[in-house]
Amino acid sequence: MKAELSPRMQVFLYGLLCVLLVPFVFPTWWMVTSSVKPISDIFAFPPQLVPESYDWTTYSKVFELQPFVKQYWNSAYIAALVTVGTMVVSSMAGYAFARIRFPFANTIFMVVLLGLLIPSEVTIVPLFQMFLKAGMVNTHWPLILVPIFGAPSVFATFVMRQFFIALPAELEEAARVDGLGRFKIFRKIALPLARPALASVAIFTFLHSWNLYLEPIVFLSSADKFTLPQALTQYTDAYGGPMWNIQLAAATLTALPVLIVFIIAQKQFVEGLAHTGLKG
Amino acid sequence: MAVAQQTARPEGRSSSSFWTVARRDSLAGFLFIAPQLIGITLFVLIPLCLVFWYSLHEWNVLANTFTYTGATNYQMLLEDTNLPSVLGATAIFSAGLVIFNLSLALLLAVLLNQKLAGITIFRTLFFSPVVVSLVAWTIVWGFLLQKNGGINGVLLVFGIEGPNWLREPVTAMISVIVVQVFKNVGLNMILFLAALQGVPNELYEAARIDGAPRFKQFRRITLPLISPTILLTSIITIVGSLQVFAQIAVLTQGGPGLTTTVLVYYLYQQAFQFHLFGYGSTLSIVLFAIVAVLTFAQWQMRKRIVFYES
Repeated sequence: MKAELSPRMQVFLYGLLCVLLVPFVFPTWWMVTSSVKPISDIFAFPPQLVPESYDWTTYSKVFELQPFVKQYWNSAYIAALVTVGTMVVSSMAGYAFARIRFPFANTIFMVVLLGLLIPSEVTIVPLFQMFLKAGMVNTHWPLILVPIFGAPSVFATFVMRQFFIALPAELEEAARVDGLGRFKIFRKIALPLARPALASVAIFTFLHSWNLYLEPIVFLSSADKFTLPQALTQYTDAYGGPMWNIQLAAATLTALPVLIVFIIAQKQFVEGLAHTGLKG
Repeated sequence: MAVAQQTARPEGRSSSSFWTVARRDSLAGFLFIAPQLIGITLFVLIPLCLVFWYSLHEWNVLANTFTYTGATNYQMLLEDTNLPSVLGATAIFSAGLVIFNLSLALLLAVLLNQKLAGITIFRTLFFSPVVVSLVAWTIVWGFLLQKNGGINGVLLVFGIEGPNWLREPVTAMISVIVVQVFKNVGLNMILFLAALQGVPNELYEAARIDGAPRFKQFRRITLPLISPTILLTSIITIVGSLQVFAQIAVLTQGGPGLTTTVLVYYLYQQAFQFHLFGYGSTLSIVLFAIVAVLTFAQWQMRKRIVFYES
C-alpha cells in the first residue's frame, strides 16, 4: 500500500480527493458567502459562488431579532462547564476502574457501561418529569448535570480507563513507597501523564454539548435561555418560513469560531480522537 | 492486578491497624467513582425504571391524571397504524447510513493513507464538518436542497431539472442520510486511518513479492487486520443512527408523510407535542430494546467476523 506512486497515479488521486472534497467543504463556503448576500440574490440563478453584492445588515439583524449574545453565552458557558465537569468526573472514575482494587469494581463498571448502551433519548421522558418536579425546567441545570454525571460522560470514563490501564505500574509503585496517598498519586502522577486522553475527552465533550438539540428544545422554553442550535432555527418570518440569509449569518457566527480553533489545532484534534482507545 | 497485591502490605504511615492499605484503597476507589455512580443511578438507572413504569400508565397532562392501565399502551403500540412506517423509516435510515458511512469512511481512509504531499490538508478538510455545529450544518444543507436552492441551481446549469429534494419521499430519505454522513464520516475515517497505519508494512511487502495484486492485498491483509475497527465503528454508527433527531427536525419534520419519521422523532412528537407521556415511554422501551438487541447481536458476531483481538 505504501509503495511509491507513479506521477499519473498521483494526479489521479489528487483529482479524486478534490472531487470527493466538494460536499465536505462547499456547504461551509456556501454558508459564509450566502450570509452576506441580499435576500434577492439568495436564490439567484445561476448560483453566485462569490456574492455579487453584499448586504452586511444580515449580521446586525441576527442580534436584533433575538438575544443572540445571551444565547451565545448560554451555549458557551454550558459547554465549558460540561467539559470541565466531565474531565473531573471521568478521569477520577476511569482512574479508579483501571488502577484501584476495591470490592465489586467489575460489577460497578458493568453497570456504568450500561450508560453507553442507553441513548439519552430513551430516558428523556422521565428525565423531563424529574427536572419538572425539581423545578428545573426552563433552566440550564438539565443540560449541565445530565451530561457531566449521566450517560454522556460514560464514554469519557471508558476512554480514561483505557488510558490509565496502559500506564506503567512502576511510576505509581515508587510514589507509594514514598508514602503518597491515592489522591496525591492520581493528582501528581497519573493525571499529568493523561493529558492526551484528557484533551480528546475535552474535545468530544465540548462538541457534544455544543451540538445538543433534543434536550434544549425539550427543557427550554424562553428565548433568553435558548442555546445556539435552538436559536438558529428561530429566525423565521411571519409564516414560519426561514429567513435564509439571517439564519445563515447566525449559523456562520456559530460554526466559524470552532472551525478556526480546529484548523489551528487540527493535529491535536485528529490525533487525539484517533487515540481514544477506540482501537478495539 | 499483581500491582495491587504487591502494594497490599502494611506501610509505615498507617497509624491505626484498621486502616490497612487494602481498606484505604477500597475507600479511595469508592470515593473516586462516587460522582459517576451516583450520576448513573440518578440519570440512567432510575429513569430507565421510571420509563418502564410510565409505559404501564395512561398519563393525561392537562387533566393531571396518572392511572395504571397495565399493558394498554403496548396494545396501542401493536395497533398503531403509524408504527410500521416509523420502524420502516428507522430501518432504512439506519441501514443506509451505516452502509454509506462505513464504505465512504474506508475509501477516504485508504486514499489518505497514500504517500502524497499535502495529504494532511485533505485530512483536515474531510474532517472539518465534524466540528461544524450540527444545526448550522443542517441548515446550510436544507438551504442547498431547496427546490430553487444551490444544488438544483448547479444542476440547471447543466440543463438538469432537479427534484424538490426534501418534499419527495425517496429523495427526502436520501437527503437526510447524506447530510448526516458528510457531517460525521470524518470520525470513522480517522479511526480507520489509525487502524490502517497499524497494519505492518512487511505483510504488504511479502504479498508483493508473492505477486498478489493490490485488490487482493486489501481483501486478504487489510480487511482482516482492521476488522476489529470495522466492528467497533459499525456498532457506534448504528447506535448513533438510531439517535438522529436534529437533522430530521430541521430538514423534513418527519415528512413528507411519515417517510422520514424515525423512531426518536416519533417519540418526541408523541411525548412532547401530543403530551402522550405514557405512550412516549412505551416508544422509549421499543427504542431501548432495538439498541440492546443490535448491540448484543454485533457483539456476538465479533467472534465470527473479527480476525483477532488484542
